[in-house]
Amino acid sequence: MAQASPGKASTTSTASSGDFPPFQQRHLLSIADLKQHEIIDLLDRAERMVPVSRQERKTLPTLAGKTQINLFFEASTRTQGSFEIAGKRLGALVMNMSVKTSSVSKGETLIDTASTLNAMRPDVIVVRHSAAGAVELLSQKVGCAVINAGDGAHEHPTQALLDALTIRRHKGRISGLTVAICGDIANSRVVRSNLLLLGALNVRTRVIAPRNLLPAGIESLATEVFTDMREGLAGADVVMMLRLQHERANGRMIPSVREYYRFYGLDAEKLGFAKPDAIVMHPGPMNRGVEIDPAIADGVQSVINEQVEMGVAVRMAVLDALLPAGDQS
Amino acid sequence: MSRPVLIENARIVDPGSMTDHQGAVLIENGVIADIVQGGPVGVPEDAEVINAKGLILAPGLIDMRVFTGEPGKEYRETLQSAGEAAAAGGITSFVMMPDTTPVVDDGALIDFLIRRASATSKVNILPAGAITKGLNGSEITEFGLLKEAGAVCLTDGRRSIQSNSLLRTAFSYAANYDMQIIHHVADRELTGDGVMNEGLFATILGLRGIPLEAETIPLARDLQLAVLTGTRYHAAQISTAYSASLVREAKRRSKKITCGISINNLSLNENDIGRYRTFFKLATPLRTEDDRQAMIEGLRSGVIDTIHSDHDPQDSEVKRMPFAEASDGAIGLETLLAAALRLVHSRDVDLMTVLRAMTFRPAQILGLPSGRIAKGAPADLILFDLDYPWQVAERDFHSRSRNTAFEGARLAGKVMRTIVGGQTVHTFAEETS
Repeated sequence: MAQASPGKASTTSTASSGDFPPFQQRHLLSIADLKQHEIIDLLDRAERMVPVSRQERKTLPTLAGKTQINLFFEASTRTQGSFEIAGKRLGALVMNMSVKTSSVSKGETLIDTASTLNAMRPDVIVVRHSAAGAVELLSQKVGCAVINAGDGAHEHPTQALLDALTIRRHKGRISGLTVAICGDIANSRVVRSNLLLLGALNVRTRVIAPRNLLPAGIESLATEVFTDMREGLAGADVVMMLRLQHERANGRMIPSVREYYRFYGLDAEKLGFAKPDAIVMHPGPMNRGVEIDPAIADGVQSVINEQVEMGVAVRMAVLDALLPAGDQS
Repeated sequence: MSRPVLIENARIVDPGSMTDHQGAVLIENGVIADIVQGGPVGVPEDAEVINAKGLILAPGLIDMRVFTGEPGKEYRETLQSAGEAAAAGGITSFVMMPDTTPVVDDGALIDFLIRRASATSKVNILPAGAITKGLNGSEITEFGLLKEAGAVCLTDGRRSIQSNSLLRTAFSYAANYDMQIIHHVADRELTGDGVMNEGLFATILGLRGIPLEAETIPLARDLQLAVLTGTRYHAAQISTAYSASLVREAKRRSKKITCGISINNLSLNENDIGRYRTFFKLATPLRTEDDRQAMIEGLRSGVIDTIHSDHDPQDSEVKRMPFAEASDGAIGLETLLAAALRLVHSRDVDLMTVLRAMTFRPAQILGLPSGRIAKGAPADLILFDLDYPWQVAERDFHSRSRNTAFEGARLAGKVMRTIVGGQTVHTFAEETS
């Protein structure tokens, strides 16, 4: 492997940017921006980060002296915590900012906050926002790397990367698999990032949902589209469940939770249509008894907790790739 | 009285008489005094002579849908700045939408606007009166008093009235005073949180879509009520193929039904949004290329009567936002003609049809004497170079706002002189470096 960061490669140990060619993107805004080799590169980097979190001293010095700001306009325990741990394990100074916004002043807050934070000279800002495209807009106003931690119903690239890493570790490969994604496809950023990433790696992608939770044009983004869950799960290697927002099951989108669970909840009977060794995934947080039987969520086929672990590894890898040691920018 | 003006050696294109010939036009006392085919022509004593060799002389454009910032949001646009922008764009009259602060829903405001416009604007500003008080969609305004004060038509501007019964009342009452209704069609519930055309592209961007039916369902209702009440009805702007077929069908049932289109929906499609470019966030939304082609066909076939700019100045505070949160609208007074001429240069539509939709047809619909080159008509005229190449640059705009959907566009066709009531209000000076 070529030395990525002249003069600093010697300070890195088990896993580091020094072993990989320099990552060519300034930000991580969307999977759509990544080429296939960049996706694989990030997965390989993340693989190298997994042991770091399993050893006693869970730290690498690669981000020492760097400042990471987690800017969350939308509440998120899981993703924010994951980015925080990832940054801290790499030695970065991590600051969390949760910005409460009224619906009228969101945009102003976004631009104003961006320039304020930029003046504090961070090295990377991790952003979650309720509006699609908001993170990209913010990236245009700051002088540091920006990572999209979820923007509206647009993308959630690190989620797709951690899903792919989890799949690869279990199946030994990604290409050629059949991945079924089931649930609120219309409003999910996880789905969009996953379809782009899996599509780039030659996965047979399926989406399963009632018709009114399928967005227009989805047949162009997924290999196959199903409204019957058993048909959609037949022969799948991976079953990815999505959270159904409770407020959508109030009669305006979906009549009730019990009807949704009956037809689109993952239980043992429906899972039986997938391959016997199929793995079950969920980006969390789960609604047990709404989209998934608790027994399945905690069952032998579930890799849900491992997804959380891989989340830290992926975010460490992304931070490391965007902020290589010795980078002076 | 001012000196007579003779414009000679012009290619005179008059959509009123559907004639296109070389000749000269004599202007006296603010009106067209004579039209001479061919040449040479006798020059009256002390006349100002304009040699229009190589240029087209056409009626000044009449733009049926312009939003201003005055009164209430003068930082976006004043009547003066809108007038300057219009003059630079070859627009000699425009209908001003009532969506201001306060809303133009009272005869006194119409009176104020007419006075204010004549004091500050280079072009004719024709104020429209609101259909409902405060644009509230539930109580009709004083149509008779608005008309007396000089309202050119009735419209709720960018608002779309949702109540079927209120629309029936408004249409019927407008017919009572023979007033023109212009109505924006958008179903509030089907539009919902939608911010762009529904389809694959919206799905990829993670943006809520607006289905075509949010336009076609209220349009179908409006057309039926227009037939029922016999009102003069103009669908403000349509964007879908099915809308065009609805209008075509309704026109067989009533001669008083017409419809318009924004130049944006003739020139652009949803792909122009690219990565969340909010200057392309418009209501009516940009649709697919197939829809755009259907709109061009609608213009060719005469289903679509008028083309307007949908000029809607918005400042950067409300545009530099995440797409879903940004305001709708784009300015367009200064690009309307050249953007429309694209359709001529691409051989999609002939010059006469394009000009007619921006001159004679709006004049007919609004009952104006302008929009034609005829003896006795107001001398509202433009001279333009059909092929003059230029690139849109926001710094060159006369408008106070910069939210153009054509930034950087290479266009052909430039207004060289704009004449309102016989007076030259704008000339384009070719910059030499």
